[in-house]
Amino acid sequence: MSHALALHGLAKRYGDFVAVHGADLDVAAGSFLTLLGPSGSGKTTILMMIAGFTDPTAGRLLLDGTDITALPPEKRAFGMVFQGYALFPHMTVAENVAFPLRVRGLGRAEREAKVRATLDLVQLTGFAERLPKQLSGGQQQRVALARALVFDPALLLLDEPLSALDKKLRAELQEELRALHRRVGRTFINVTHDQEEALSLSDEVAILNHGRIIQKGAPAALYERPATRFVADFLGKSNFLRGVVREVGPTHIAIQCGPLRLRHAGGARLGDEVLLSLRPEKIALAQDGDNALEGRVLSSAYLGAGHAVVLETAIGPIRVHQPAWRAAVEPAPGDTIRLAWAADAATLVEDDDAAV
Amino acid sequence: MRRSDAAWVGLLLPAFLLLSVFYITPILQVLAISFIEPEPGWGNYERIATNLSVQRVIVTTLRICAITTALALFLGYGLAYAITLASEQARRWWLLCVLVPLWISVLVRAFAWVTLLRRQGLINQTLQGAGVIAEPLELVWNEFGIIVGMVHYMVPYAVLPMLASMREVEPRLLAAARGMGASRGQVFRRVFFPLSAPGLVAAGVLVFIFSLGFYITPAILGGGRTLMVAEWISLQILDLIRWGLGAMMATLLVVTILVTLAVFSRVVNMRRLFGGGA
Repeated sequence: MSHALALHGLAKRYGDFVAVHGADLDVAAGSFLTLLGPSGSGKTTILMMIAGFTDPTAGRLLLDGTDITALPPEKRAFGMVFQGYALFPHMTVAENVAFPLRVRGLGRAEREAKVRATLDLVQLTGFAERLPKQLSGGQQQRVALARALVFDPALLLLDEPLSALDKKLRAELQEELRALHRRVGRTFINVTHDQEEALSLSDEVAILNHGRIIQKGAPAALYERPATRFVADFLGKSNFLRGVVREVGPTHIAIQCGPLRLRHAGGARLGDEVLLSLRPEKIALAQDGDNALEGRVLSSAYLGAGHAVVLETAIGPIRVHQPAWRAAVEPAPGDTIRLAWAADAATLVEDDDAAV
Repeated sequence: MRRSDAAWVGLLLPAFLLLSVFYITPILQVLAISFIEPEPGWGNYERIATNLSVQRVIVTTLRICAITTALALFLGYGLAYAITLASEQARRWWLLCVLVPLWISVLVRAFAWVTLLRRQGLINQTLQGAGVIAEPLELVWNEFGIIVGMVHYMVPYAVLPMLASMREVEPRLLAAARGMGASRGQVFRRVFFPLSAPGLVAAGVLVFIFSLGFYITPAILGGGRTLMVAEWISLQILDLIRWGLGAMMATLLVVTILVTLAVFSRVVNMRRLFGGGA
């Protein structure tokens, strides 16, 4: 029913420009994988190579262990939701959805039954006779989904499926997409530059930059334990603290960071220069913790659910997100506040190029 | 009226006067003549039903125009399709090749075809030299010759509207169709062709209307033996001095063109014909 896909050293070069360096990736059967990266990171090129629209310069693609690298797109027959949906404007919703079945020569009765069932699946019952231009963006997106799923494809590929929608609709459709994935139980591969979408939709996220897969893992693992500065910066926001390891204990190390000695739960070698990533929401204001220091409020912005505060400290400016319900003190510019975080709040990251 | 409006009217006025005095007035006069000469009444129009020569010229014209339109559309569609698929640079060369014939006088082209097609022409001599035929083929001064010349003239006019409509077809739709399992043939039949059809209809209307009033090409390549409407009108008026009959046919021609336009303007966007081209 669902299928596993493997990429072995898949690469794409255009002349001197390397769009994708050898990408290795295993997509488990039935999982939802998102390729996340800024524009030009090679994520769409990888998707197009999987779909068969772009020929890889090197490497292999395996579907359940079978090499499909040389197969043309129509032989792979993966379902695909294109950016902007690419619905056929001269066909009704039903004809659009029936298209993959028609080109496979399915009989009329079978075709109609499948189209009806798939339109029900994406909650478009009753829209069969409309033309795409008579539908809203969200409805068009669902037609595209139905058309991609109707022929029981081995994989469903999604190219920025929600980018054309406004924020509220996007959130709604994220949930629907997730529910749809559970219902159909197929392998989904999604491409996006929207980190929120990636985190909320996927079982697994692969983060790309400059044509390389930087890190791969479950959304929570990626967010909590980014491997590099780029990942920490691209997935949410982060403070970066540079320091030198001064003490190494069995569970904790001490890092000299400016005038401050920070306690950090983790391992490193004595004397290493390290970079710490510290999420703004992991820092508490006006409390005590493993690491604590004084800061002067530079700016404070009210965001509804909380405050975004920037403080000037002995180790440079620090960004803090404070949930509004926990704000014992309303931070005002000029205030001096104590900030603190636990020894396991920060993560040691590799210092790669953080150009986002 | 605001000042700027007055300025616009001032700019339009010369062209408007020119058109109405030198274009619309004579046409109305022709219409009038067809009812007045040689005697007032519907006499000239009754000949459409009674006169064999009138009927023959109408049928011949419609047949030649239909065949020309079909051939020009067929050739033009293939060309436009090739141009659409070509690379940006190749496309420029293709377009140039399509447009160059438009800049060469229709007279020159008609005589060029005569030298190619006549009994001692290049084609007949080559075929005879190769032993394919014993006697020269009758390639010119008949309907065949007219159609060759007219198709050659019309192909660019067929290509341009079709090219415009093909370039509006999103390449992503074609890729999407491939990705859903359609073969190249199916992509063409089910997606590309239906989406380019408005251009095909527009080109058909344009070529057909142009063909109806063709004069020089049929006159030269028809050699006076196969008459189309325009040449027939000139014959009536200039040689036989039958103004009424000629004016009747001219009116019929104008009416046919207007009716064709009116019918198809419901089907296709006419802007595609007049200015929406590539």
